[in-house]
Amino acid sequence: MLLRHTTANIKERKALTVNPAKTCQPIGAMYAALGVHGCLPHSHGSQGCYAYHRSTLTRHYKEPVMAATSAFTEGASVFGGQANLLQAIDNIFTVYDPEVIAVHTTCLSETIGDDIPQIINKAKTDGKIPQGKFVFHANTPSYVGSHVTGFANMTKAMVDYFAQPNGRKTTTVNLIPGFVEPADMAEIRRMAMELGVKPIIFPDTSKVLNGPLTGKHKMFPEGGVTIEALQQSGSSMGSIAMGGLASAPAGLALDAKCKVPCQVLNLPIGLHDSDLFVESLRQIAGVSVPETLELERGQLVDAISDWHQYLYGKRVALVGDPDQLLALTRYLVALDMQPVHIVTGSPAGKKYEASLRQAVADVPGKVNIKVPGDMFRLHQWIKNQPVDLLIGNTYGKYIARDEDIPFVRFGFPILDRLGHSYFPSVGYRGALRLLEKILDALLDRKERDSSDIEFELVL
Amino acid sequence: MDPIAILDQRKDQIFQKGQAPFAMTCDKHSLAGSVSQRACVFCGSRVVLYPIADALHLIHGPIGCAAYTWDIRGALSSGPQLHRLSFSTDLTEKEVIFGGEKKLHQALSQLIAAYRPKAAFVYSTCIVGIIGDDVEAICRKVANEQQIPVLAVHSEGFKGTKKDGYRAACEALFKLVGTGPTADIAPASINILGEFNIGGEAWTIKRYYEQMGIQVVSVMTGDGRIDQVRRSHGVRLNVVQCSGAMTYLADMMKERYGIPYLRVSYFGIEDMAKALYDVAAHFADQPHLMDKARELVRREVNAILPRLQEIRSDLTGKRAAIYVGGAFKAFSLIKALRHLGMQVVLAGSQTGNQQDYETLRDLCDDGTVILDDANPLELSKYVIEKRADLFIGGVKERPIAYKLGIGFCDHNHERKIPLAGFEGMLHFAREIHTTVTSPVWRFTPFRNPVVEEHP
Repeated sequence: MLLRHTTANIKERKALTVNPAKTCQPIGAMYAALGVHGCLPHSHGSQGCYAYHRSTLTRHYKEPVMAATSAFTEGASVFGGQANLLQAIDNIFTVYDPEVIAVHTTCLSETIGDDIPQIINKAKTDGKIPQGKFVFHANTPSYVGSHVTGFANMTKAMVDYFAQPNGRKTTTVNLIPGFVEPADMAEIRRMAMELGVKPIIFPDTSKVLNGPLTGKHKMFPEGGVTIEALQQSGSSMGSIAMGGLASAPAGLALDAKCKVPCQVLNLPIGLHDSDLFVESLRQIAGVSVPETLELERGQLVDAISDWHQYLYGKRVALVGDPDQLLALTRYLVALDMQPVHIVTGSPAGKKYEASLRQAVADVPGKVNIKVPGDMFRLHQWIKNQPVDLLIGNTYGKYIARDEDIPFVRFGFPILDRLGHSYFPSVGYRGALRLLEKILDALLDRKERDSSDIEFELVL
Repeated sequence: MDPIAILDQRKDQIFQKGQAPFAMTCDKHSLAGSVSQRACVFCGSRVVLYPIADALHLIHGPIGCAAYTWDIRGALSSGPQLHRLSFSTDLTEKEVIFGGEKKLHQALSQLIAAYRPKAAFVYSTCIVGIIGDDVEAICRKVANEQQIPVLAVHSEGFKGTKKDGYRAACEALFKLVGTGPTADIAPASINILGEFNIGGEAWTIKRYYEQMGIQVVSVMTGDGRIDQVRRSHGVRLNVVQCSGAMTYLADMMKERYGIPYLRVSYFGIEDMAKALYDVAAHFADQPHLMDKARELVRREVNAILPRLQEIRSDLTGKRAAIYVGGAFKAFSLIKALRHLGMQVVLAGSQTGNQQDYETLRDLCDDGTVILDDANPLELSKYVIEKRADLFIGGVKERPIAYKLGIGFCDHNHERKIPLAGFEGMLHFAREIHTTVTSPVWRFTPFRNPVVEEHP
C-alpha cells in the first residue's frame, strides 16, 4: 500500500496540492520548441529547471533531449538575467549552431522581471544572432497555469514571431495538433495527406523525439516544422487548432494576425472527434473523404460493435490534461462506458469544466469533476466510489495498485511503458488502439478474477 | 563525426591524460547557454533528504519542483512510505505578489495534523528566495504549534550549485542531530552517511557492518528515520560515502561532537573491502572486529569470484566511458571496471573539485579524457573518438549512449538492483555484461570504421 497515507475521508484543501496532476509551464514550452526544426529550447532560469525538464522528457521518450539554460546565479537574480541570456545566445550559436533558439522564462526570471524581447533585440543589435538565424520567446511563469499553458504559449509564440501573410492564400492548411505525442502528430499528417491536404503542422515533434538509432549524436534531428513553413502559415487557407487549451491561442492569434480562418476543435481522440476533424479538413480543403479513411472508420465502428458487451456500464476514473480528457471522455461515453471521476491538474477554467459536464450529461448518477484537482483527490473519490478502470499517466499506477484497478496508461508523462511515441492515439487508428488497450486491461482482469469453472477460452 | 566546437572558456575543463601540464579548472558555475548535465541547489537538497521515510517533505514553490521530484529516486523504505507522496504549496500568481507565508502555514499545519510525521522538511525553491517569504519563522511557528521539528531547507535553486543543496540538507539534518537519547549505543558504533538505499544498497552495507559486530545507529539517509538522526551523535565514528553529499555533515559532527569520520566507497571489491577494514582498524581496541571483517570479505569474495572471472573473460579489452555526479564514485568505478578487464577511456563528473580530478588523473591510463561539467556534444565526441563500448551515467546520458549504439549502465537514481557491496559487484558485472554483449548492437549502424575492422 504505497499510498496508505491516502484516506477516504475528504477534506477541503486550499493551500495544498498532493500528488499533482500537472506540472509547470516551462516543460510544455520546451516540448513545443523541440517541434521546431533545428531549434534549441532555452530555459531562462536556474539550472535545475531545465535539468528536470530534460530528465522528464528523456524518461518519457527514451531519447536525448537537448536544451540550454541561462544557469542563473545569485547575482543574476539580483541584477537581472540580461547578461546571462546575451552570453547564452552567443555561446549557443557558437557551439551548437542551431537554426533557432526558443527562449522560455521560468518563475525566477518572470519574478525578477526580465524583458526578453528587449534582450533579444539587444542580441540582434550586438550582432550575436548570425544572419538567417532566429531567436524567439514565450513567457512561461511557472506559477500560472500548467505545462499545457506553457505549451500553448510557446506554440502561440511561433505565430507571433514568424507567421506572415504574403497577400495571397496558398493551398496549405495549418494543423495545430496540441500537446500530443510525436506519433499523433505524424498520424494527423498522414490523415491530412490521405485527404489530399497539404498541411503545415506546428509544432511537430515526430522524428525529433521518436527518431531511429543512427549511431550518431544529432543535436538537431531531422523532424520539426521549419521556420519557412511557420512563415507560410500566415498564408494558409485555414487552420484547425486541436484542443481549446493547448492549440486555440495559436490558431486564434494566426486568425487575428494574418486573417487565416481558424476552427477550434477537440483533439481528434475517439470516433466523434476524429469525425469532426476529418469533416473540418474536408470542408476547408473542399475535398471528399477518401476510401482509406472510410475504411479505417468502418473498422473502428466494427471493432466497437464486436466488443461492446464488455464495455457497457464500466465505471472509469480519468486523470489527465484538459484537451485529452475532454475528447477521451466523449469517446468513453460513446463506448457506453461511464466516466465517473474526472480530474485535471490544469486550471482550465469554468467554460472548460462546463464542456466536460456536457460530455457526461447522459452518464447516470453523479459524476465527480475537479478542475483543477490532484491525484490525491481522485484516489479519495475512488475509495468512496470504486471504478472498473483507471486511465491516466504513469503516476496513476500507485492508485491502480493500491485499489487493484485495471489501468491504462494514457497522457503525460509515461515513464514506464513503450508505445506512446510510436503508436498514435488520435484518429480512427488511434481510437482503435485505445480500444484495444482498454479491452486488454478489462479482459485481463476478468480472466484473472475468474474461477477455474468460469474461465473461458473464447470469452 | 564532424569536429565540434569547444568554447574557449570550457577548454580548461577538458584534459587528456598524457598531455602536459595538468591544469583542470573546476568548481565553476556552468556557462550560460551550456547544455550542461548538472542540476540545481534544490535538486541537491531534495535527493539527500528524500529517503527519510517518516518525515513530511513539503515543497514550497510552484508545482514543477514537486512534480519533477515525485518518487523519482528508487530509495527504498522498509516501513513508512510518506516520502513517496508529493506535497506542494503550488504557489500561484497571487502568492508571488502577496507572499506565500500564509499558504505555507496552512499547508504545513494541515499535513502535520493529518499524518503526524516525526518531523517536517520545508524546501525553499527559487521563487521563495525572490519573494522573500520568511520560511524559518513559519517553520518555528508550526514547530511550536505542532510540537515536532519543522526544518527549513534553504534550497533556492539559483543560490549556487547542487553541492550547495547538499550543504543545505546537511544543515537541516544537523539541527536534528543531538536531540535524541544515546544511552544504549555500543562502543563500536557508526553512522553510515551518504548512502541512500537505492535498490536496497543500505541494507546490504548495514548487514556487513552488523555481521562484523558493529552497531549501525543511523543511515543517512537511506531507509532513514528521524529518531535515528536525532541520536546519531552517540556514535564513535561516521563512515561517509559519496564525497559531495554528506562530508559537510560529518565535518559539523566532528566539530561539535568530536566524532571522527572516514571516507569510503562501497562499489567494487577493493573499495568495499577497504570500507570494512578501515572501520575495523578504527576500533583498534577491539581486534575481533578486524578478524570478523577478514572472514566476511573472504566469504563474500569467494562467493562471487568464479562468476566474475567468467564475465571478465568476455569483457576484457572493452572500453568504458564514465560520467557521474560526484567524482568520488568515478574512482570506484574505474577500479571496478579494471577488475572486469575493462579500460576507462573517458571519466568525468558534474561536480568534481581540483583534488578529485588529480586523483582521477592518477588513477587513469594515458590517453583517458577527463571532463568537468561536460555537455552531450563533448560526451559523444569522446565516446566515438575513444571507441567506448559502454557508458556509465545517469538519466540524461542513457539515450545518448544508446543513440550512438553502445551499452549503458545507470549508476544513479535509476539503478534498480543493488550495485554496492560484494554481491552488488556481481550485479554490476552482470549488468555491464548484459548491455555490452547485447545482440542489439549488431543491428545498429557502424559507429566508426575501426570497430568494423576488428569486430
